[in-house]
Amino acid sequence: MSARIYVPADSTALALGADELAAAIVLEAAQRGIAIELVRNGTRGMLYLEPLVEVDTPAGRIGFGTVDASDVGALFDAGFHNGASTHRLALGLVEQIPYLARQQRLTFARCGITDPLSLPDYLAHGGYRGLRQAVTMTGADIVAAVTASGLRGRGGAAFPTGIKWNTVLRAPGAQKYIVCNADEGDSGTFADRIIMESDPFVLIEGMTIAGLAVGATRGFIYVRSEYPHAIAALNHAIQSATRAGLLGLDVAGSGRAFALEVRKGAGAYICGEETALLESIEGKRGVVRAKPPLPALAGLFGQPTVINNVLSLASVPIILDKGAQFYQDFGMGRSRGTLPVQLAGNIKNGGLIELAFGVTLREILVDYGGGSASGRPIKAVQVGGPLGAYLPPSQWDTPLDYEAFAALWAVLGHGGIVVHDDSADMAHLARYAMEFCAVESCGKCTPCRIGSTRGVEVIDKIRAGTERPQQVILLRSLCDTMLNGSLCAMGGMTPYPVLSALNHFPQDFGQVAGDAIAA
Amino acid sequence: MNPADSASAMRAIGEILELHAQQTVLGQDLLLPVLHAIQDRLGYIPPDAVEGLAQRFNVSRAEVHGVITFYHYFRSAPPARCTVQICRAEACQSMGGDALLAHVRQALGCDLHAHSANGDFALEAVYCLGHCATAPAIMINDAVHARVTPVRFDKLVATQVANLATATDNTREAA
Repeated sequence: MSARIYVPADSTALALGADELAAAIVLEAAQRGIAIELVRNGTRGMLYLEPLVEVDTPAGRIGFGTVDASDVGALFDAGFHNGASTHRLALGLVEQIPYLARQQRLTFARCGITDPLSLPDYLAHGGYRGLRQAVTMTGADIVAAVTASGLRGRGGAAFPTGIKWNTVLRAPGAQKYIVCNADEGDSGTFADRIIMESDPFVLIEGMTIAGLAVGATRGFIYVRSEYPHAIAALNHAIQSATRAGLLGLDVAGSGRAFALEVRKGAGAYICGEETALLESIEGKRGVVRAKPPLPALAGLFGQPTVINNVLSLASVPIILDKGAQFYQDFGMGRSRGTLPVQLAGNIKNGGLIELAFGVTLREILVDYGGGSASGRPIKAVQVGGPLGAYLPPSQWDTPLDYEAFAALWAVLGHGGIVVHDDSADMAHLARYAMEFCAVESCGKCTPCRIGSTRGVEVIDKIRAGTERPQQVILLRSLCDTMLNGSLCAMGGMTPYPVLSALNHFPQDFGQVAGDAIAA
Repeated sequence: MNPADSASAMRAIGEILELHAQQTVLGQDLLLPVLHAIQDRLGYIPPDAVEGLAQRFNVSRAEVHGVITFYHYFRSAPPARCTVQICRAEACQSMGGDALLAHVRQALGCDLHAHSANGDFALEAVYCLGHCATAPAIMINDAVHARVTPVRFDKLVATQVANLATATDNTREAA
């Protein structure tokens, strides 16, 4: 019997040499006359172990990581292909690695286990059971199930998904659309990318269910140009699903149609804002639209449109398959289900951690993350992307819950966490937040377009110690204008990282004892 | 661009438009896919193409120009033989991104948004490549590299320099 060896084709693994590693394994096996079957799986999300090689054994899959192509000879010498776990890189049974074993994998249940491009593999691991259920239901019943699950938008805004769908269901329109926001541009986030690369069918299934629910027959997935592997995986999976009758004129024998198309972005961060994204699909500059009208009533091409994040849509199949109550039973308060935490930056064990809402930040950073990568004390963590607040250690006992974070004037957002050690200069990071806003602003509203540039200048003066107390007052006033006067979250939330840095780390802004910095 | 190159570029753009028009009505929503196809084929979008695209999509030249210039990804001039994009976002900064940028500037002998002295390398900033748990990340042409140290960067660039030299030799032989 040939040994089955898994080498991920996830793009993080590729960026760490997974293709060279796979080639080295095939070559070494051939030279030794050992029969192997190489599977290019997705990632398990334990990115700190990538490239993570797995070998099938009767007891389960045994892992080896972090593996370099230069380790391959020694791995064969140690008999890794026979399931021997004596090599120094051996990790034992992958499913028993605490980082993974303690997670609650619902949305990411198949990631790393299956061959992402294989429809039979997807079906063998519970795929399309949600859709089979959905085709027996009315649109209103599907919407009711999603509402009852408590699912809220995973892109960051946390708006209840079922309520959005219900608006589209009830809206009159000749052609309704399902749009997936896969413009994952926030630093510290990669969960959308992992779904698209490691389990693309679950997103396709979720969008198909959304189409049946609201009566939309066309869908678009807008993927950023920085994600070529995700685009390729989605296009491949769409073709397979169409050939199998799971997309097209007669979805799974329901007599109802749903067609899906991938659209590629072009390097504009603002297109992650939903109305700018719709403009971009329409072939225009990605300029934010004023709301109302809501996209649910007048969205893509002016028609009723469901626009959801990748993870919101990818969570729908399991809700339909296992029932709203099953999903609702995870979580706390009004945050139901699981949150795919993305642990990144200066952290020892970075990766994807899917857990029910309610775990504390400290548990994530210490129990999963294992402390900073540099070994120095962690100074601050930014949660929710470049527009999220910086949290100092005194706030790390906060549970991951939308409302608990809002109470701290912070945002849980999509659950992306970027860790900074004590070498970080928080005034520099505050300046960067303003600079980033200036680079990526669409330019439509003044507080964002001009305010961000003025913000860079004011922070420069503060850092240089020029009229510091007055400039601090000016910075707060400017942030107030951006917060309340911007058209969308780009300008409206840039004050979160800026003011949280200023409030929690005044010493980095040059405060000395008795200075009136907090004025 | 010399006239012969220009003619072949325009021919290529004509083919791309025909290909898209065969599949569906050429509505403005296909402008981005067409611009991507042009840049994939030619490496950039020639300014000469704007007028033809405007006519074909029945929009103003200002609209086409506006779209091309709004998106960071689209280029209006031919790219360098090797483009290095370095991530400037928070996660990469937390893992020594600033120090890496300083090293890259010195190694290539140029600043951000500029070319190396011999014109072979272009250095650009990028905001997140999606590999934030294995930072810092850079992209050299189409390939992403994670956990990049100055030593690793030098090795990657040495490989590129060797590839460029081979490509130049092959071009000379062919000529």
